[in-house]
Formats: sequence, structure tokens, C-alpha cells
Amino acid sequence: MAKNESTQPEIARPYANGVVWRRLSPLATVLVLILVWHWITDWQLVSRILIPPPAQVLQSLAKALADGTLAKHAGTTLGEMMLGLPLGVSIGLAIGYAIAKAPLLEYILSPIIVAFQSTPIVAYAPLLIIIFGTGPSSKVVTTAVIVFFPTLVNTIVGIRGVSPRLRDLMRSLNASRWQIFRKLELPSALPVILAGLKTSATLAVIGAVVGEFVGSGSGLGVLVISARSQYDTPLVYVTVLTMTAIALSLYSLVALVEWRVLVWQRRST
Amino acid sequence: MRLRLQQLAVSYPAPGGTLLPALGPITFDIADDEFLCLVGPSGCGKSTLIRVLAGLLQPTAGSAYCGDALIDRPLPDIAIMFQDANLMPWRTVLDNIALPLEIAGVAESERHQTVRELLPQLNLDGFELAYPAELSGGMAQRAALGRVILQQPRIWLLDEPFGALDALTREKLSLELLRLRQRSRQTIVLVTHDISEAVLLADRIIVLSRRPGAVIADIAIDLPRPRFAAMIYQPEFLRLTKQVRESIESLRD
Ligand SMILES: Nc1ncnc2c1ncn2[C@@H]1O[C@H](COP(=O)(O)OP(=O)(O)O)[C@@H](O)[C@H]1O
Ligand SMILES: [Mg+2]
Repeated sequence: MAKNESTQPEIARPYANGVVWRRLSPLATVLVLILVWHWITDWQLVSRILIPPPAQVLQSLAKALADGTLAKHAGTTLGEMMLGLPLGVSIGLAIGYAIAKAPLLEYILSPIIVAFQSTPIVAYAPLLIIIFGTGPSSKVVTTAVIVFFPTLVNTIVGIRGVSPRLRDLMRSLNASRWQIFRKLELPSALPVILAGLKTSATLAVIGAVVGEFVGSGSGLGVLVISARSQYDTPLVYVTVLTMTAIALSLYSLVALVEWRVLVWQRRST
Repeated sequence: MRLRLQQLAVSYPAPGGTLLPALGPITFDIADDEFLCLVGPSGCGKSTLIRVLAGLLQPTAGSAYCGDALIDRPLPDIAIMFQDANLMPWRTVLDNIALPLEIAGVAESERHQTVRELLPQLNLDGFELAYPAELSGGMAQRAALGRVILQQPRIWLLDEPFGALDALTREKLSLELLRLRQRSRQTIVLVTHDISEAVLLADRIIVLSRRPGAVIADIAIDLPRPRFAAMIYQPEFLRLTKQVRESIESLRD
């Protein structure tokens, strides 16, 4: 941890150019997977009805893009996520913070929270549809519900992990409650909260799509089901890959924020 | 500013609903501008006493005053420094030192300017943008010292501030502390387990008994000031060191 006190320039870090390869390696994985996929279909190892060749999926993608099908359904799903994710995350942050500060609340709320968490989302999605209807609002709620828990847990862990000695320091400086939150609790808990947010980002897609499976007019969940019932396997693939792309982008976005915000953590290791 | 401790006692709740006496009752005054060193066996309540004076802990009985003000919460005239530097790992050295000014609402450009002027004194110039994990123990502790200086307290409470450092760094830092203090005099209460350090720095040494700590010796150190490292070879220094050591050893039975 402690370096010596010399001010000499630091020796170049080893693996400096290894970083580039590490960054590119996920892309390589994807390329290899597509190649393997191509060969499997090319050599007819599996029926093309089960696994269509990549080229056919690409054609289907082009068509779905051209006639606006994909944009319409992906738009619905994204819209639901973009409301449900912040909603669930804010409620998780608020309740998590309250629980971390008042342990009594944990005893009062834990039966509800544990019950919520241990019931599979597919089980109460129909219930939410009954309550909120088949429009987008019920999917906003399923998304919010599914992202709530990781945010909650990570907020509690993060806020409880704040150093009591730094709390003493802030108190001895006569810091206000807001200053303690803004300058101590938030930055201290941020690494843990952002880790929770990465989980939430990937879960958000699941929340919205599960809601759409149960009952909806549009959305990627609806598109998957209708494509399957029409035996349009390439379109099923297009839809599934779109969901993956959305989840990955959202995850990367949070990871990027994390990378920008937690400079000190990178410098400290 | 004078500190007064009146029948001050602290007990901690112990398992089984009982109370564990940790300190006192003790009664003594700390004069204005006095440099007081507190020594005593580990667990005798030194940190507890410091926390009460810092307004971070309510005493179980008795009270402490700063001037005429009852210490029942952290007072702006009193600053505390801990054994580890207690820096925020996500803040640069600059922003860590500037924290008291930031809390007080001083504008960013102004507080950065103030810190930059202080850095050479702390031997930290060139490190303002480093993070705490990139500092050595001595540098981190000097940053913590800078943070205390910016509070401009009349009273400094130092709880083994150099205890975790190696002997040479510790000696260097404690002499730096004296140098800083000669410019603007403050009341200092320093907890240390190093008897030579206590004699070299203090106007007065109070020795506490085993838990619950009570005053068992109150020794005036009338070595001339300014003090310097080579004083530790002087006969008067050795006599005082021996006196403190004997009162601590009298506790062992
Ligand atoms: N928060 C606490 N809860 C219970 N007991 C404590 C607490 N803090 C300190 N003690 C006990 O009180 C006694 C005095 O502690 P402390 O003031 O830290 O001693 P010192 O700093 O002299 O080593 C010790 O026996 C310690 O175990
Ligand atoms: Mg202690």
C-alpha cells in the first residue's frame, strides 16, 4: 500500500500494451461464436429450422428494421425499462438508506422484502397485469420490482460499510446531515451501489420482457411469442439478440460511469 | 483556552446489561497554551477521554468544559487527530486537507489556494493530486496534520497520532509538530505510549492508572524551549524520563 517517498517518475507499468488485448478479447469471443454458429448450420449439423444460419438471421434483421417492426417493439420495451429502472432504483436507494440508518426498520420491513424477493417474478407478473392492465405501466412495475432488490441490498451494505472513524471526523467538523450524506456516505458507498446497479441494468430487460410475455400489445416479449407461433425462427433470434444487445449496452453504460467515477479505486490498487 | 475536567467518568455497556467502568472519575485542569501528554497502560481510557473532550462521547458522570462552555457536542475550537490518518480514500490529498474549509462553505478556488500555501510546510508539495493509498504512512499523517491546521483550532486533541509510524518518522513528525506550534500557540493534549516523546514535547505529563483510568502522577516538564532532538541525552531529560517510567511501572504488581 505505502510507497516510498521519492518523487521520481514511476517506472512504466508492466502489461501496458496487454490492456489493448484484454479490451478486444470479448469482441474476439463474439466473432468465434458467430463462426462456430455459421459452421454448424453450413455443415447441417442441426436442422436449419432449429438454428438458422447467421446470414438468414441478418436478412430477417434487415427486414425487421426496414418495416419498423423491430423499432416499434424495441421502443416499447426500452420505454418501459427507462421508466421502471430509475423507479425501482430510487425506491431501492431510499428504503436501503433508511434501513441502513435505522436497523429497527429492517425488522419491520424484512418479512415483506424477503417475501417479495423469494417469489419468482413470473409468478406475480400476472397479478401486476391484473392490477395495472396490459399497457406499459404494468411492465414499468415489473421492471421496478426486479431491479429494486439488488439496489436495496447494495445500498444497505454500502451505507453500513461507511467508516465510523470518518463519521467521527465529519461530526467533529460539525458537518450537517446533508454534508455527511453528500461528502461521506454517498462517495463511500458508491462502489457497492454501482455494482448493484450493474446487476439491476441486466435484470431490467428481464422484468420488462416477462411482463410482456404475460400480456401486452407490443414489446420484444410479444414479438418473440408471435414470431415463434408463426415458425419465423430467424425473427425469434433477431428479437432475442436485440434483448441481449439492450442488456449489454445498459450494463456497459453503468460500467463506463463506474470507470469514470471510481478513478481513485484504480489508482489505489 | 482552558480545559476543565470535573469528576469525569465513562462506563461502557457490557454484556449482561452491566456497565464496564473505563475511565475516572478524574478531575484536573489543562491550562491555556499548555502541552499536555497523557500516558498510561493500554485500555486505561486515554482514547475515551480524548473522545469526551472532542464532544464525540457523552460522559457517564461529571463533565468537561472548554473555557466556560460545557462540552456536550463537538466544539469548533477543538480539533481531533486519530492514530491512523483517517483520510477519505476517494479524495485527493488536496481535497482531503481542504475538507474543514469545504464543510465551512469556503469556495473551491479559495480553499485550494489555502491548501497549496500550506503544502510546503507539510513536505507534501507535488502530491496534492495523489490519492491516500499512494502515500506512505508518514505522508498520510502529515496530510491529516494539515487538515487539523486548517481547522485553526485553539485546542488540539491528538490520540497517538504517530503511533503507527516507525521510530524515525515519528521523531521527525513530533518535532515538526513543535515547530508548527511555536508559530501559533495552542493547547495540545497528546496521547502517546512513548515516554521519551512525551518528555521531549510536553509541559506536563499526566500518568493514568489501569482501567478505569485515574490520575496517578502529574509531572511538570520544565525543560527549556525550544526543544530539540539531542536533548534526550541531557541529564535533566533522563531524570524526568526515569520519573515517568517509575510511576508507570509502579502500576505493575
Ligand atoms: N465502544 C466501546 N464499547 C465498549 N467498551 C469499550 C469501547 N471503547 C473502549 N472500550 C473499553 O474501554 C476501555 C478503555 O478504552 P480506550 O479508551 O480505548 O483505552 P486506551 O486508549 O487507553 O487504550 C478498554 O478496556 C476498552 O476495551
Ligand atoms: Mg487508545
